[in-house]
Amino acid sequence: MAETLLKVAGLEAWYGESHILHGVDFEIRRGELVTLLGRNGAGKTTTLRSIMGILGKRTGSITFDGRETIGLPSDHIARLGIAYCPEERGIFSSLNVDENLRLPPVVKPGGLSIEEIYKLFPNLLERRTSQGTKLSGGEQQMLAIGRILRTGATLLLLDEPTEGLAPVIVQRIGEIIRQLKSRGFTILLVEQNFHFAATVADRHYVMEDGRVIDTVASGDVQQSIGKLQTYLGV
Amino acid sequence: MFELLGIPPQALFGQLLLGLINGAFYAMLSLGLAVIFGMLNVINFTHGAQYMMGAFAAWLLLGLLDVPFWVSLVVAPVIVGLFGIVIEKLMLKRIYHLDHLYGFLLTFGLALVIEGLFQWKWGSSGAPYPNPIPGGFNLGFMFLPTYRAFVVVAALVICLATWYGIERTKLGAYLRAATENPTLVRAFGINVPRLITLTYGLGVALAALAGVLAAPIQQVSALMGVNLVLVVFAVVVIGGMGSIMGSIVTGFGLGLVEGLTKVFYPPASNTVIFVVMALVLLVKPAGLFGQTK
Amino acid sequence: MNAQRLLVAVLAALALAAPWFAYPVFLMTALCFALFACAFNLLLGYVGLMSFGHAMFFGTAGYFFGHVVKAWDLPPELGLLAGVGGAALVGLVTGALAIRRQGIYFAMITLAFAQMVFFLCVQAPFTHGEDGLQGIPRKALLGGLIPTKDDRVLYYVVLAIFVFGYCAIYRIIHSPFGQVLKAIRDNEQRAQSLGYEADRYKLLAFVLSAALAGLAGATKAMVLQFATLTDVSAAMSGEVVLMALVGGLGTIVGPVVGAFIIITMQNYLAATGEFVLVIQGAIFVVIVLAFRKGVVGELAEWWKRRQAR
Repeated sequence: MAETLLKVAGLEAWYGESHILHGVDFEIRRGELVTLLGRNGAGKTTTLRSIMGILGKRTGSITFDGRETIGLPSDHIARLGIAYCPEERGIFSSLNVDENLRLPPVVKPGGLSIEEIYKLFPNLLERRTSQGTKLSGGEQQMLAIGRILRTGATLLLLDEPTEGLAPVIVQRIGEIIRQLKSRGFTILLVEQNFHFAATVADRHYVMEDGRVIDTVASGDVQQSIGKLQTYLGV
Repeated sequence: MFELLGIPPQALFGQLLLGLINGAFYAMLSLGLAVIFGMLNVINFTHGAQYMMGAFAAWLLLGLLDVPFWVSLVVAPVIVGLFGIVIEKLMLKRIYHLDHLYGFLLTFGLALVIEGLFQWKWGSSGAPYPNPIPGGFNLGFMFLPTYRAFVVVAALVICLATWYGIERTKLGAYLRAATENPTLVRAFGINVPRLITLTYGLGVALAALAGVLAAPIQQVSALMGVNLVLVVFAVVVIGGMGSIMGSIVTGFGLGLVEGLTKVFYPPASNTVIFVVMALVLLVKPAGLFGQTK
Repeated sequence: MNAQRLLVAVLAALALAAPWFAYPVFLMTALCFALFACAFNLLLGYVGLMSFGHAMFFGTAGYFFGHVVKAWDLPPELGLLAGVGGAALVGLVTGALAIRRQGIYFAMITLAFAQMVFFLCVQAPFTHGEDGLQGIPRKALLGGLIPTKDDRVLYYVVLAIFVFGYCAIYRIIHSPFGQVLKAIRDNEQRAQSLGYEADRYKLLAFVLSAALAGLAGATKAMVLQFATLTDVSAAMSGEVVLMALVGGLGTIVGPVVGAFIIITMQNYLAATGEFVLVIQGAIFVVIVLAFRKGVVGELAEWWKRRQAR
């Protein structure tokens, strides 16, 4: 069994005065693809942002590759090998597609090369001189995922990559995520669409009210479908 | 030769040249302000004082260490830029989380301190700085002093180099991205706080560079930046701080407008830029090249 | 509640007895600047707009007063009215344009307009440029009933003007109009969606602030008997910001305290010449970095913490 890459224990987090996370516990092993499922407001995005060090106040423990990261600033965390693809995608309007793609610096060896990324996303190659925000939603999502593949990060945090996208594009993203997994990336995926999540993940954690309340292995999704539907309010 | 509306060509072109030179300084200074504002969200009132420090550095380097103009052109901005970095690290960093107005007030206070100290030590009457390229060309319709032509060309080169640096280089891409979304850029592993410090230092160095260029033309005095910075603010409101090119074009353009006003209606030359500002506010409040944020 | 009333009574007693303990002209100057600072603070503390050009109202009002009283030889009451009215007019014109932007842009625009007014004042014949309007006569008020040549008598007139201005500001802040202003300051979009035309309210507040600053400026011209370019300079605009900042932005009493502190300090440091600017700049820096609430604000905080214990 592969060793633990990320371990989150007793994570509590605040947005200003609001206490959002009340003690999150889970772990991810190297090479796994794990999802955080849950309703809106359960704390999934907050968890990702806490891991990335973007949030203001957080307590508890987050160890990555054996190293405690709870108190580190986000640029240090990125340099340890974690990369973040935010829910809002964060494509820069003052940069073109190529500049957006090359923006995140290489922090470790082992990432994809620019050519490999353009091969994975040929439509980005076509639009490389366009202003970043002129792309369609699907293309922007691919750009957001593409640009973090070059950095050499081993853990990818993907926040709702299929949100608001057409089914054809969702399928394509699913293929890409599976490819990334087979290349050895470890992925933490936040998803509301658990049908999609079920097609790519090894394990699912369910969050509610700032805590992880259940785990479902991918093999058990069919049996647990009723339980999951209740959790997600579907 | 010809006369335009009763104005002899020497007077017209003489004033246009003057206007172009003023415009060169407006462009360089508003560029520095725009770059600093974009990254730090601070209106650097100290800009005028830092411009003055550049001129003084050149003057002191010459007087105390016999450092020639061409060396000062490089050394003075570095010295003043480093001073700017110290200000950013000690003071500006502490107030980023506050309302932007506090940045304005802080830099205003700093300007008072700096200008007051220089005035206290050296008085407010100016000291001359020798012209590094004396002489000029007689073009028939006007006499073109070589140094002044150099200033205009140098300013254009500096502005275009700044534009290139921001719009076409990797570091510039970091700057543009960090201006838009500093949190995300930091989450990619880029040391954004250091980038911010560097940006302020560069903006300040740009102001100081303008000061060195100004030294042979103006008297070097403690108050040389005081009125200038107020005009540059108006230039910045007119231009809109939305784009680098916009700041450059607006700066040079307004210099020319001022020069023309001096030719055709001298009493208004002091206030014409402010009048233009009023008009722009009526018609396009975000500025000629601005985007309403 | 009783402590507050006691405090007011003590202050009133002090104010009335003051000219026997302190130089009346100093007191009057301080009162004028206190009113000026209060007028400025009305705009910043309660509408959220920082004007960096308030000297244009203060200074031009002084010129209007001087011109009416000296050149046109009219009674000082009309001079004061001219000052207030003139300042309000300048406020209306510049405000209508400045309101179009907010925050830092607003500050820069007011600064630029003030600079423009400064240059106009340099050139306008009736201001006498660099020399300024000198020797404005002290004429008796109320048709001869109040002999203003006596500094002590004039002090009570100025005190009355100050109290009038201060009460006017107090009433404005605590009126429904003031509530709308606060709402606009806190969340302009929300106020707009509730049906309030934010721009109109802001402009009215701006004009009121200008008028009150004008009252201060005209009164100062009456007391000191001159109006000069310094009164419309950017330095003067900066000084009033400093006074409000030192005293405490957003507190109604703060600017008064701040004005007295700064005027006193200027008196003591007058001999050092330009060094006063360095000190003022240093105060700006220190306050922004460490004492943002100003003297009154920090004292109020300290008092609250004591009560909580």
